[in-house]
Amino acid sequence: MDAMDAYRTMWRIRLFEEAVEDLYGRGMMHGTMHLSIGQEAVPTGACAALKEGDQITSTHRGHGHCIAKGADLGRSMAELLARDNGYCRGRGGSMHIADVATGNLGANGIVAGGPPIAAGAALSNQLRGTDQVCLCFHGDGAVGEGAWHEALTLASMWSLPVVFICENNKYGMSMSSEKAFKVEHMSAKAAGFGIPGETVDGNDVEAVHEAVVRAVQRARAGDGPTFIEALTYRWRGHSKSDKNLYRTREEIAQWRADDPIAAYADVLLERGEFTHEQLNAVQDEVRTEIREAVRFGTQGEEPTVEAMMQGIYAPSPVDARELGARA
Amino acid sequence: MTYAEAVREAMAIAMTNDERVFLMGEDVGVYGGAFGVSNDLYQRFGTDRVRDSTISELGIVGMGVGAALTGMKPIIEIQFSDFLCQAMDQVVNQAAKLHFMVGGQANVPLVIRAPGGSGTGAAAQHSQSLEAWFAHVPGLKVVMPSNATDAGSLLLAALEDPNPVLVLEHKLLYKQSFEVPDEFPAARLGEGRIERAGTDLTIVATSVEVQRSVEAAEQLAADGISVEVIDPRTIKPLDVPLILESVSRTGRVLLVQEAPKFAGFMAEVAATIAESEVFGDLQAPIRRLCGLDTPIPYSPKLERASVPQVEDIVREATALVREW
Repeated sequence: MDAMDAYRTMWRIRLFEEAVEDLYGRGMMHGTMHLSIGQEAVPTGACAALKEGDQITSTHRGHGHCIAKGADLGRSMAELLARDNGYCRGRGGSMHIADVATGNLGANGIVAGGPPIAAGAALSNQLRGTDQVCLCFHGDGAVGEGAWHEALTLASMWSLPVVFICENNKYGMSMSSEKAFKVEHMSAKAAGFGIPGETVDGNDVEAVHEAVVRAVQRARAGDGPTFIEALTYRWRGHSKSDKNLYRTREEIAQWRADDPIAAYADVLLERGEFTHEQLNAVQDEVRTEIREAVRFGTQGEEPTVEAMMQGIYAPSPVDARELGARA
Repeated sequence: MTYAEAVREAMAIAMTNDERVFLMGEDVGVYGGAFGVSNDLYQRFGTDRVRDSTISELGIVGMGVGAALTGMKPIIEIQFSDFLCQAMDQVVNQAAKLHFMVGGQANVPLVIRAPGGSGTGAAAQHSQSLEAWFAHVPGLKVVMPSNATDAGSLLLAALEDPNPVLVLEHKLLYKQSFEVPDEFPAARLGEGRIERAGTDLTIVATSVEVQRSVEAAEQLAADGISVEVIDPRTIKPLDVPLILESVSRTGRVLLVQEAPKFAGFMAEVAATIAESEVFGDLQAPIRRLCGLDTPIPYSPKLERASVPQVEDIVREATALVREW
């Protein structure tokens, strides 16, 4: 993993989320949104373990996954601003950003909607005989869903090239994962599927990266799935409706002190790899990128109802042949 | 050829012609499928392409979505259409909406086969006709083959379609033999058929009710009543012009389905006719003959009474023609 790339990606996520929060606050963005501020190290470290052609599936809190997988900031911002030049032409919004051509199979508004789809992409990789791996991001809440268990059952049975990475940010909306799951570490659940499980510090980008590299290698070698639990924390509420009644100010402050970006900056400075000036320059450059992204988005056209109604079904080749014959 | 053999043959044709096609489901391998549809396919195509899954309907439909998104053409067999309830998130929230939600970046060429219908004594959790639920969801296509030829042709058409298609087979038809041409004729999803021509009354019927309607029509012909039977074959998209043209000629319409009447698919057909330009051609009220508003019961007597039988169709059709 290129340290500077990772540092830059984390800032991209952080500043993208802050810009979204700001636009929402100013009434320029509607709907709801689930911000991943504080969790930047997980997608950054994980996606850096992938190579071109590998896939990801993401969640409702998915901006960071998309950015780490290389999504264009402008098209992402345009989508959140409900413009026709967004990734989904304004049809999907925050919870459905995808960039399928680059292997980002999409965020998902349904908790544990992604794991079966990720297992299916991995089956497709196996059947097509490629060495692609699918990385499935999900939250601790997803572990309570049947879909998660079915996906891990099938993926382990067929040794599919998929890595399940649980971003345990301590709460499924307001339900504490410590209360919900009677295991010390969620990764213990891997044993039930006969696959390796590992818990890592999700605020340590290099620790996340190393764990995912091992899991991806295993998957690519045909040895099947791995389940990784990355311990992290969302600084903001679940969504805009959250009044933070289920956690304390002290807890939030304590986790904010464990800022994954600041921690990584310290590591890089300590190692003498980069200077303060270099790190500050990254921040400035990313700030400019985000400004450009917002500009790209706000300049986009509004989507049309006509185009929307033509976008519900993919055109069938049979219909196309008939239309051609009639013409 | 039986209906089940036709489905199997169509799957074999598709798997032979297109290496992206594979079948995944519960007990589709050595067991041969709960209704024997896949039979020996696993021997012909291997266990990679005819895959026995765990009992995980949500999991396998979701895996079908993921495989379809990434270049494959999966066929997912659900043993009983009732079990689609277990898979609803992946059918309704994922498969149906993905193409739309991602702004057309990706297609989901997924085929889900599931038998519906009553008549086997399997009671309330193994006998439902749930087509209206799925027809109500934008993004899905819903097919209901009523004979072996259509079972083959429509399955091949579904596999050629870039959208998720739900093929609702009927378990009473699986073992029935039909005349089938040497090759399955090309079919288009959304194209219905006049199953039997007539002049006094149009019956629109789906699935197993098509042959019951044809049988009723033969009996009615002896009484001097000429019945046209239309099989929409695909309920979504629906061949509306075919139905309206027939109704405009006959002036009377009876809509027959096995599913309960309330908020059923035939309510949609009735409303479509009532809203259309052929409304003025009607000489009688639009009538529906549907299943009773009950879970399918176990008792053979009650089960039979719960869904339209030939004699019910004869009775309703006669009343519509004689009284109006």
